[in-house]
Amino acid sequence: MKRFIGFIKKEFYHIFRDKRSLFILFGMPVAQILLFGFAITNEINNVDIAIFDKSNDATTQEIIQKISASKYFSIKQNITNEAEIETVFQKGRVLAVLVFEKDFKKNLTKDNAAKVHVITDATDPNTANSITNYISAIIGSYQKGINKNSTLEYQIETKSRMVYNPELKSVFMFVPGVMTIILMLVSAMMTSISITREKELGTMEILLVSPLKPFQVIIGKVIPYIFLSIINAVVIVILSIFIFKMPVQGSLFLLALESVLFIITSLSLGILISTVSATQQTAMMISLMGLMLPTILLSGFIFPISSMPLPLQIISNIIPAKWFILILKGIMLKGVGPYFIWKETLILIGMTLFFIALSVKKYKIRLE
Amino acid sequence: MKNNNVIEVENLTKKFGDFTAVNSITFEVKKGEIFGFLGANGAGKTTAMKMLIGISKPTSGKAQVAGFNVFTQPEDIKKNIGYMSQKFALYDDLTVKENITFFGGIYGLSRAKIKEKRSELVEELGLGDIVNELVGSLPLGWKQKISFSIALLHSPTIVFLDEPTGGVDPITRRQFWEMIYKSANSGTTIFVTTHYMDEAEYCDRVSIMVDGKIEALDTPKKLKEHYKADNMNEVFLKLARG
Repeated sequence: MKRFIGFIKKEFYHIFRDKRSLFILFGMPVAQILLFGFAITNEINNVDIAIFDKSNDATTQEIIQKISASKYFSIKQNITNEAEIETVFQKGRVLAVLVFEKDFKKNLTKDNAAKVHVITDATDPNTANSITNYISAIIGSYQKGINKNSTLEYQIETKSRMVYNPELKSVFMFVPGVMTIILMLVSAMMTSISITREKELGTMEILLVSPLKPFQVIIGKVIPYIFLSIINAVVIVILSIFIFKMPVQGSLFLLALESVLFIITSLSLGILISTVSATQQTAMMISLMGLMLPTILLSGFIFPISSMPLPLQIISNIIPAKWFILILKGIMLKGVGPYFIWKETLILIGMTLFFIALSVKKYKIRLE
Repeated sequence: MKNNNVIEVENLTKKFGDFTAVNSITFEVKKGEIFGFLGANGAGKTTAMKMLIGISKPTSGKAQVAGFNVFTQPEDIKKNIGYMSQKFALYDDLTVKENITFFGGIYGLSRAKIKEKRSELVEELGLGDIVNELVGSLPLGWKQKISFSIALLHSPTIVFLDEPTGGVDPITRRQFWEMIYKSANSGTTIFVTTHYMDEAEYCDRVSIMVDGKIEALDTPKKLKEHYKADNMNEVFLKLARG
């Protein structure tokens, strides 16, 4: 046991004396969560739009009033002719132009139909889509208001309610993803690099010749990273709760348990990587290309799995991060208990055992 | 173990698939002896040594190291041997002191013992303030000496040195051999691989491996007589060319 403590102490010296790994360990999580939380967002807020009101009557004024009163849009300018539409878009002043047809109010009252044209800058398709939806919704609610007195014979009313993230805050979607990526990065990449480093330097050989058993060496190398990963997970959860008001509906204890499970899954992957790579560079390349990329692209972190082509949907099942993100979303946003995530949990446990078994096998081959 | 042999090897063989890296070698090493294990690169010396230090399993044959069987008691062997690799592997980002403490620790030395050994070492090597410097900042010669001293930290019966003088200048090499003599005089058996033939002259006995087999084994003097050579280099060339 005393040998072991000395070993772990040595491991911490390595970590704390290497500025690069310190940065990856502590700078990265904070930077990533802030970046994803603040910069990358699908929400629209104070989007600049322009109005081309050919009618300029009481109704159009009321609608414009409603739009500018919402927090989503601010009216940047009024346009007076067709040609200007192109110009404002090209200058990048506004993301949308709202065109009211001539005699808007008259058409509305006489023919029961008036047209409003929403033109959006679709260089960013997601934003364009959201803008269109938001404007339609505002106009729709105005329409409902004026129809209140008249009775339409048949009317289907759609009422929607967004549950678990009613304000559709994208940070709620990113936090579970970022947490997953970071735990993966710290646990898998850093461990595999630190193990291969010993191989590269020749110290692994010295350790194997010493009375320490191979599994003691591996566990000794892994324990500090478990510890650091847990700290990271705590920092991420605290940041998301206090800065982004991310709710944790479910049990914190369950969240902690599942996080530890995922940390161990990633560590076992890291050990596996270190058994197949001889140099730190190889370990890093395998971690980045083989782990980080699929984790970011196929885990449902940024791109929804349900809209992927079928082959990719199938592949996504073998990515541990996918299951952990489901677990995190379940616990944090839906507040589910263990009963609802046992399947995901079992899959992660199974993967972990598989990776460990494979590493042990590879390791034995190397020693022969 | 009969008489005072600390290593006894009989028909030890290691095969990787069809390739026989070590082909039925037989030799023994006496206590306190400096045993030179010579051979060209790829002759099989490293493979043979790895079997003796318990990190590679022999295919067949018999071998005892420090009284323990390499097949069944590799863990006991590990406690009784020291090992220094050709990379002088120490942790560059740890100070000399921390390296000593760490390696002492994994061999199970008590804190007091480590401290005692450390002050001994500082005095012997004339380390002085260097003890608190990072190993990475030291010249190769220092690393080599420290690496050797660390291999001796737990007072092993035998110390295995894998090409311990690669890349260092002649004066440092000379100093290093003085350290080897000193520990041999105090009873430690030295098993050293090298491809510097002038160093072979410093050994009590040498074996020369060619293509996985031991082609010659005797004192340097007798080998020179037998092969009618002026120095070990000639002996080696005669053997290697067949």
